[in-house]
Amino acid sequence: MKSTLEIIAVVAIVMSMVSCQKDSKPNYQYMPNMYEPVGYEPYGDYPVFPGGQEAMLPAEGSVPRGWMPYDYKNSNVGYQLAKDSLKNPVQYTAENLEKGKALYGIYCAICHGDKGNGKGHLVKREKILGVPSYDDIGRAITQGSIYHVMYYGINSMGSYAAQTSIEERWQIVQYVQKLKADLEGKPFTVKEEAVLTPPAVEEHVDAEAHEDATHQETTNNNAH
Amino acid sequence: MPKNLDDNSTYNMRQVKYRNSVAKVLILGTVFLFALFNPVMAQDEAATAPVVATSGGDIAKGEALFKSLCAACHKRYKKMTGPALFGVTERHSTEWLYSWIKNSAAMVAAGDAEAIAIYEEYNKTAMNAFPQLTNTDIDDILAYVSVPKAAPAPVVGQAPVGSGGDASGGVSSTVILGLLALVFLMLVVVLFLVNKTLRRFAELNGLQIPENEKRTPIWKAFVQNQFLILVSTVFLLLVSGYFVYGFFMQVGVDQGYQPIQPIHYSHKIHAGDNKIECKYCHSSARVSKTSGIPSLNVCMNCHKSISEVADATATEEYSKSFYDGEIQKLYKAVGWDADSQSYTGKSEPVKWVRIHNLPDFAYFNHSQHVSVAGVECQKCHGPVEEMEIMYQYAPLTMGWCINCHRETNVKVEGNAYYDKIHEQLSKKYGVDKLTAAQMGGLECGKCHY
Repeated sequence: MKSTLEIIAVVAIVMSMVSCQKDSKPNYQYMPNMYEPVGYEPYGDYPVFPGGQEAMLPAEGSVPRGWMPYDYKNSNVGYQLAKDSLKNPVQYTAENLEKGKALYGIYCAICHGDKGNGKGHLVKREKILGVPSYDDIGRAITQGSIYHVMYYGINSMGSYAAQTSIEERWQIVQYVQKLKADLEGKPFTVKEEAVLTPPAVEEHVDAEAHEDATHQETTNNNAH
Repeated sequence: MPKNLDDNSTYNMRQVKYRNSVAKVLILGTVFLFALFNPVMAQDEAATAPVVATSGGDIAKGEALFKSLCAACHKRYKKMTGPALFGVTERHSTEWLYSWIKNSAAMVAAGDAEAIAIYEEYNKTAMNAFPQLTNTDIDDILAYVSVPKAAPAPVVGQAPVGSGGDASGGVSSTVILGLLALVFLMLVVVLFLVNKTLRRFAELNGLQIPENEKRTPIWKAFVQNQFLILVSTVFLLLVSGYFVYGFFMQVGVDQGYQPIQPIHYSHKIHAGDNKIECKYCHSSARVSKTSGIPSLNVCMNCHKSISEVADATATEEYSKSFYDGEIQKLYKAVGWDADSQSYTGKSEPVKWVRIHNLPDFAYFNHSQHVSVAGVECQKCHGPVEEMEIMYQYAPLTMGWCINCHRETNVKVEGNAYYDKIHEQLSKKYGVDKLTAAQMGGLECGKCHY
């Protein structure tokens, strides 16, 4: 009897040791003051911020680098205006198309489908329904309306302005236009200027001379 | 075991027979329990929702059209971007609906009172025109939306076919384990009882059970053997040294860290079942040092439309009402009023608990690894698409970083930045592919400065 008691005691001790090893708490650190940052970490919780929240909206009126104002309003009128007059400032090149395709795969294809026919994975699983095909006659999307909808969102579709940059959105626009042309069975034409100057070829001609040239260019840009 | 019992019972007294039957009853009981569970589950799968048919228009065709064209903004029984469509035929005439669906904007412009009233009610949201729909198509759709909501019962019937198998697997595994434990316990009890009875018989029959004779206790023998003591001391020291080393090496390593998050967000459902790209939510991993915790507007991109999970999403562990409750937590945090389909403007931060954390003295940049090197997220974060609750997969130690830098070839194709340096270094090392280490990926200053 005594030995069984001992066995039970040993098992209990081992069990309690094992169960104390909790995964829901972070481990000890050797020198926490070398681990913990002095500055504020992204998404940190610090009493100095309202609500303790480091992640805040930028101060009103602040302009991020490379940002350009978007003049069209988030309204039916703004949508129509963008649809009629807004044009893609990014060149239609094969490279941009490729980038647009990658971004489309990340952000759009999950609902709109790889071919843009509105049959994405979420639609097939009936999580989100009613996603239109890009060749929908009633909508008749244009490059301006594609950008406008990505910027503000429309109806059930949210805005993607937080996840993409201006250039990235225009690259996606280019790819969406290609998908639309494919769906309609029309050829998708890459713009004339872009065809005349394929940038990829130029760089391989003379690496060193080119490097000097680009160096010159960057210094010039800096001076500006 | 039962065989022995039978043997005993034939030879001996009544009592034994009685015990035997107790065991039998227990076993039979277990079998009965098992039997009980199966029909219950079979019933679940068998139940189907009754199909309600109404006149005028093809419901199946209407359903397909509704799901592909209308469902973006309308639900049948719930307000969404547009009104709930059940009963729309009673609110408006069919002729009016034909022209409204084909081109609503024109009707508003023409000053149709009914049209303007709806346009104003829904914050001047213009309904898309559907010129491609014929009147028959519209009839089909109207037939579909006029199907009254089924009673709460269809919960089971509407579940996709695939779900049945999963659900039945979940229940029985715990039940079977419990029953197994019960059976083992019973065996132990039976053994004990048999032993006791046998001893009693031995006693009654006057048999002597031989006692073990006294020997030197084992610990005394151990102490007397000095060589054994020496060997075991060395062994103990080595073992304890091993464990002490192991303990000191894991200090500061958070592998397996799995905190409880304020909202139960399942990566398994989102990234696994629904195949949403990692970078959809963690979009700044492409362009910035931090991979980024998505702000709640990113959640709302989808959850504006998805206010509750499908029945098939619920698992044994987490019920549908649990998941729906978690979505409600999101709505509360972001300040979304599902009834009026608008933001209340009253939001509160969600205090996610950070899992992956490098010490301040080590620099790591996501964009360099995700965009430039093209490393899969799973390489460091593990099978996230299978994690119901997120945990830290990799140890995130320096040795772990360096191992990968030694093994991984740098992706130089199509990256003009690497052209020249690759040419020079590959000549220097005499290889045609360079690892990150050979490019200087092991220099202290690369990560510690």
